[in-house]
Amino acid sequence: MIDVFIDVTLLAFLAITAVAIVRMTNLFAIVMLFGIFSFLSAAMFVVMDAVDVAFTEAAVGAGISTVLMLATIALTKDQNEKQSRSHRSWLPLAVVIVTGAALVYGTLDIPAFGDPEAPAQMYVAPYYLERSIAETGVPNVVTAVLASYRGFDTLGEVVVVFTAGIAVLLLIGGKRQKSNTRKNEKKRK
Amino acid sequence: MTHNLILHVVSKTLIPLIIVFALYVQFHGDFGPGGGFQAGVIMSSAIILYALVFGLDVAEQVMPPTILRLLASLGVLIYAGVGVVTLFPGGNYLDYSVLADTQIAGQHLGILLVELGVGITVFSVMLIIFFAFAGRGRP
Repeated sequence: MIDVFIDVTLLAFLAITAVAIVRMTNLFAIVMLFGIFSFLSAAMFVVMDAVDVAFTEAAVGAGISTVLMLATIALTKDQNEKQSRSHRSWLPLAVVIVTGAALVYGTLDIPAFGDPEAPAQMYVAPYYLERSIAETGVPNVVTAVLASYRGFDTLGEVVVVFTAGIAVLLLIGGKRQKSNTRKNEKKRK
Repeated sequence: MTHNLILHVVSKTLIPLIIVFALYVQFHGDFGPGGGFQAGVIMSSAIILYALVFGLDVAEQVMPPTILRLLASLGVLIYAGVGVVTLFPGGNYLDYSVLADTQIAGQHLGILLVELGVGITVFSVMLIIFFAFAGRGRP
């Protein structure tokens, strides 16, 4: 009973935040609301017993990405979204309604939350849950799956993070150095 | 940011706590929620808070960009290196069971090292991205 109440409250807050984000024009306030949205999603994950995911959502979604978006806003120096009322909003509305209806239709096929017969619970999950303590000795099954059983996947994820860092460095990180070397080249000439 | 006494005092108290919490999340990830990814992000948020309050230049003295670039590659190297090390006693790539005498001890050591690699890379990449974005505004 209390679970349902918490679920409904969090979902209502999520919807309110989303509507507020759409209706606002001040980018600074929108970024702050994005952070609140992330925190509410993290709370949803906690209610669904996915604490590791909630942890990541709170740290990355509400923490780092908010700071990065604020830094980007500070760079662009334009605090307000340009309002253009000339275009008709019927076509986007229709697209959104059709997409939303398709998504809702898709959820009808999804097994109920915590359904033991769901495909996700039938495949490798029972093996991990039964054997991970005996095979790895790690009480947190999520860590055991992430770092040991799915070690290859996590290696790939780390490489993705590393690649993202390199890409940012290539695109906007080395600007000042490049101009310095150009100056040096000119001096040599 | 202009000199703000309250921000300075509060952040100086908070930053050590954030770092200790990041280390807890890093090394307690086997037993509770958390792990290298979350710990790296929390650790980098400590430095980002420092940069926001005390200025980017001071923060870059604490965490020089060259060291960050080395750390970012070091994390991936640790992770991939653990995989290579497991090849030598005859195991599969990233099969930690052969790292120590017993399977459990080997798995424990392997997971600890791998999570450390994840944490180091995530920490430094987050800071690299933040410094790259925030540094653009400087003259």
